[in-house]
Amino acid sequence: MKRRDYVSILPRSVAFAFLAPAVLFLATFLIFPVIWVLVISFTNTALTGPAGTSPSFVGVSNFSQLFNFARWMRLGEFGNALVNTVIFVLGSALLGQVPLGLAIAMLFHKRRGLSRELVFSLATMAWILPGVAVAFAWIAFLDKDFGNLNAILSVFGISKIDWYFDFPLYSIILFNVWRGTAFSMLLFSAALGNIPPSFWETADVIGASAWQRFRDIIFPLIRPNLFTALILVTLWTFNVFTPYLITGGGPLYRSETVSMYTYRIAFKFLEFGRGAAVAVIMMSINFILATIYLSLQRRRSLYGR
Amino acid sequence: MDVKAIFYKIIFVIFVVLITSFFLLPILWLVAAPFSAQATLRVTIPSVVTVKNFCAIFRNTFAVRALFLNSILIAGGTMFGVTLFATLAAYAISRLNIRGRDIFAYLLVLFSSVVTGTAAMVPVFLLLYYLKLIDSYLGVIFVLIGGLLPTGIFLMRDFVESLPKSYEESALVSGAHPWQVFRDVAIPILRPGMMVLAVWAFVQAWGDFLIPLIVIRSPSKMPAPVAIYSFYTEGGTPVLTLISAYSLLYAIPVVILYLLVNWRYGFRFFGGIKGGGK
Amino acid sequence: MRWCWLVVMLVLGVGLSTVGETITLTVTARAVRGGVNSALVEWLEDRVFPAFVEWMRSQGKDVIVNFIQFGGSDEALKQQYALDLKVGRGADILGFDGFWIPEFDAAGLIKPLEEIVGSQVWDWDGWSYIPQGMREILGYRGKVYGLPIGTDVRVIFYRCDLFEKAGVIPAGSGLRWQPRSWEELLNTARYIKKVLPDVIPLQINAGTEMGEATTMQGWFMVLLGTGIHMYDFETGKWYGMHPGILEALNFYKTVYVDERLGDARLQLIPGARARTFELFRDGKIAMLVEGDWFWRSVLAPGSEWAIPNRNEVVDWAMMPAKEPGAGYRGQNFVTISGGTGFILNPNTAHPQEAWALLSFAFSWEMQMEFQKIQPRIRSRVDVPVIGDPVMSEMAKALLPYTTVRPMLPGYPKISYQAQLMTERVVSGQMSPEEAMAEYAEALKSIVGPESVIVLQEK
Repeated sequence: MKRRDYVSILPRSVAFAFLAPAVLFLATFLIFPVIWVLVISFTNTALTGPAGTSPSFVGVSNFSQLFNFARWMRLGEFGNALVNTVIFVLGSALLGQVPLGLAIAMLFHKRRGLSRELVFSLATMAWILPGVAVAFAWIAFLDKDFGNLNAILSVFGISKIDWYFDFPLYSIILFNVWRGTAFSMLLFSAALGNIPPSFWETADVIGASAWQRFRDIIFPLIRPNLFTALILVTLWTFNVFTPYLITGGGPLYRSETVSMYTYRIAFKFLEFGRGAAVAVIMMSINFILATIYLSLQRRRSLYGR
Repeated sequence: MDVKAIFYKIIFVIFVVLITSFFLLPILWLVAAPFSAQATLRVTIPSVVTVKNFCAIFRNTFAVRALFLNSILIAGGTMFGVTLFATLAAYAISRLNIRGRDIFAYLLVLFSSVVTGTAAMVPVFLLLYYLKLIDSYLGVIFVLIGGLLPTGIFLMRDFVESLPKSYEESALVSGAHPWQVFRDVAIPILRPGMMVLAVWAFVQAWGDFLIPLIVIRSPSKMPAPVAIYSFYTEGGTPVLTLISAYSLLYAIPVVILYLLVNWRYGFRFFGGIKGGGK
Repeated sequence: MRWCWLVVMLVLGVGLSTVGETITLTVTARAVRGGVNSALVEWLEDRVFPAFVEWMRSQGKDVIVNFIQFGGSDEALKQQYALDLKVGRGADILGFDGFWIPEFDAAGLIKPLEEIVGSQVWDWDGWSYIPQGMREILGYRGKVYGLPIGTDVRVIFYRCDLFEKAGVIPAGSGLRWQPRSWEELLNTARYIKKVLPDVIPLQINAGTEMGEATTMQGWFMVLLGTGIHMYDFETGKWYGMHPGILEALNFYKTVYVDERLGDARLQLIPGARARTFELFRDGKIAMLVEGDWFWRSVLAPGSEWAIPNRNEVVDWAMMPAKEPGAGYRGQNFVTISGGTGFILNPNTAHPQEAWALLSFAFSWEMQMEFQKIQPRIRSRVDVPVIGDPVMSEMAKALLPYTTVRPMLPGYPKISYQAQLMTERVVSGQMSPEEAMAEYAEALKSIVGPESVIVLQEK
């Protein structure tokens, strides 16, 4: 019955006209390239060398090369990039951005004024400033001899740390927490704002502790938002390329993630076919992750409430 | 105030200080280095404030054009396209009831994260080559729109969902065309959300480095994130004075846009973006 | 979609405004005015282009010539060229590294001069002054793709001031240092490490971060000293496993791992090459194996790594073979040459004018102009190295010993594998034996097992 109401607001023909430009762009510049990636992942397409003029079908050899388990964990190989990516996503998205964003949103939920404006604006700046510009700032920030971070740590008596050389992966994790927290923060902040005031008041009357309040009132209400944040942030972090501008994946490929690996294969070695194979694997992993989240969320909404 | 309240207050202040420094410290260099004559990686308040780095940049017509023409065209075009198409689509999706639309929305977001990353650069490059869009602003804009639309629709959807339908219904009763309803009733209410979406799309396009790197071939059309690498010497070292100054100039439009929207509408998400959970 | 048309109009407007009566030619290369390759920009923009425009005008043709500066790495430039050429764009004349030619030619991205310009290309009188060996720098399978700026050689550069301070050379004696074997070279490094603990005694390139600089200035310089090349020109096969490779890797291990005579970190960090130059300039590195480019461009006045009293504090020595006579072709000393130059873009709209410009730039007069800005080994035999005795001495001493990289499409991939092999050893990830076995495996998958030499005994 409700369905009819919608139709009355927007006749199907008009609705499809509204959808048309988006569908056109998505089909041409999204779905089509994805299919194309699938196709060339089974060829030896390259920009230079003999395969540049006449690429040929090579079956699954691009894939079997990537999953050559005898050597795939070597630095510079696919397995190494995959492990780095998992650590990077876990560290910067799941343990970093989402909890930190939630914490900031909770803390400032009922506060207005300068401190909120300051924290929100700075976090949002970190998110929206151009990647190339902040990459340079971070190179300076983490520099062993001149960087701010070591300068501050030295106040606490910690001697100079060679961030890029000894902790390249942690460096880009820290960078990405800095870079991406704002999204979770804004999302949770809006979600908390949607909780009816009566809920808070009830909690006050019962005299619930902060933790109880979070567990029993806030958490169930923002759970859908939490899932959204987890899905989007995971997918984005999986594919993010900006850290490349800071470490270049090095030294010794110790901070190379899968998206940097793809770039290296496709645009430094100019081997498009192999690069496409990595892309297909990346898409599959993203797909599996999204499916897991979605099914978890479905189960919650069916039985949880 | 009792002891507990004071204790919480202190904890709060410490947290605010920590968070503020965490977000502020890494970008201090960007504000200090452009004004020193001899920029290093160290953040120092320059003893002599100089603007000669900026003068050097403004003499570089290639870099100026990249920032003030090419980047603006690309980011502006993308912003316009994404905001318009995503709002239209989100509105239509929310007013239609298509089976499986949530799954579809997720699939699109999934694909989009791939297309704007490194993975699909190859087919995007080849596709534009066959469409004769290589080395054109439109090529970059189209790819960016395609890549940003899914997330744009996603961000817009819950907001449209929260729009009460009674307004539109009353307008329809008075005989208005659905397009007029959309334009005159929905859009004004949706505007704050569209503004946030527009800033987001602008920022994404403004900062994107990979797509123009691959698509734009002539130096005269390169946007700022690609042009900035002209301040590298061919020995591979960045000229820090010029890079920092250019980075600052390059960051300013984004800051202004944010402040403007934040002041006028409030930079926040609407509806809290619940995704598939109804 | 009104905005869309607006953008279209704008693009068209910008496009149309550049179309005119005069012919515009563009040249690009990895060079930035004020940078290390500044001499190239100065020569082209200040000498060649004005003279060429004048000369064309006297023939009734209006031309505009622009140089497009490219900063960034060789790899980035190669990527840009590959994309440009794939879609039929790019400057009319491209600064090109010789060893890219086979790879680009195999993909049909570039064409020989004769195909672009026509047979009249051979009418140019300059050919008679460019010997066959020089033509091969930008040649492949007997075809010529462009004109080389010149060639280079590789040596050990050392800081005389540090050598005198350490007492390797008696102060003020004016004596020069020249090791005769690896052991002598390593002994000098050991001695410097003991006497000057703050100084890195010896840097010889290793690792993938340095890219082709590792293969040319590092791997080849060591490997040739064991008596073999990377490639056997007679059988057309690559050395995959060989005692020579193992000896070379052990040399790296001695320098970077066992005795820490060099700083492995400095080879592996982002921007490694620039940092190395910086430390050499600041007197923190005593010996560095580099090409003559290092002398004439990096350390030269005006560069960011310039040493003002370069001629007093820097000297060079030839790279010794492992033992006297143990080097490639039985040599006592080894070196290798590469070369860059300019090729014509097969997509150029004005092939005749582009060739006119290229050949004009390589005329005797213009090459002499270049020598005035930066003396070096030129491709024309009638253009001597003038004004820099160090350069001419280096050329004279080392050209008899030199060799080149194999011009094959597979070379860049194999070169990367060689860099990776050195990286694995100097970072301590693998023993020389393991690294060599990996290298041999990679080679087999690149060129096929039948083209790889696996030899355990000498």
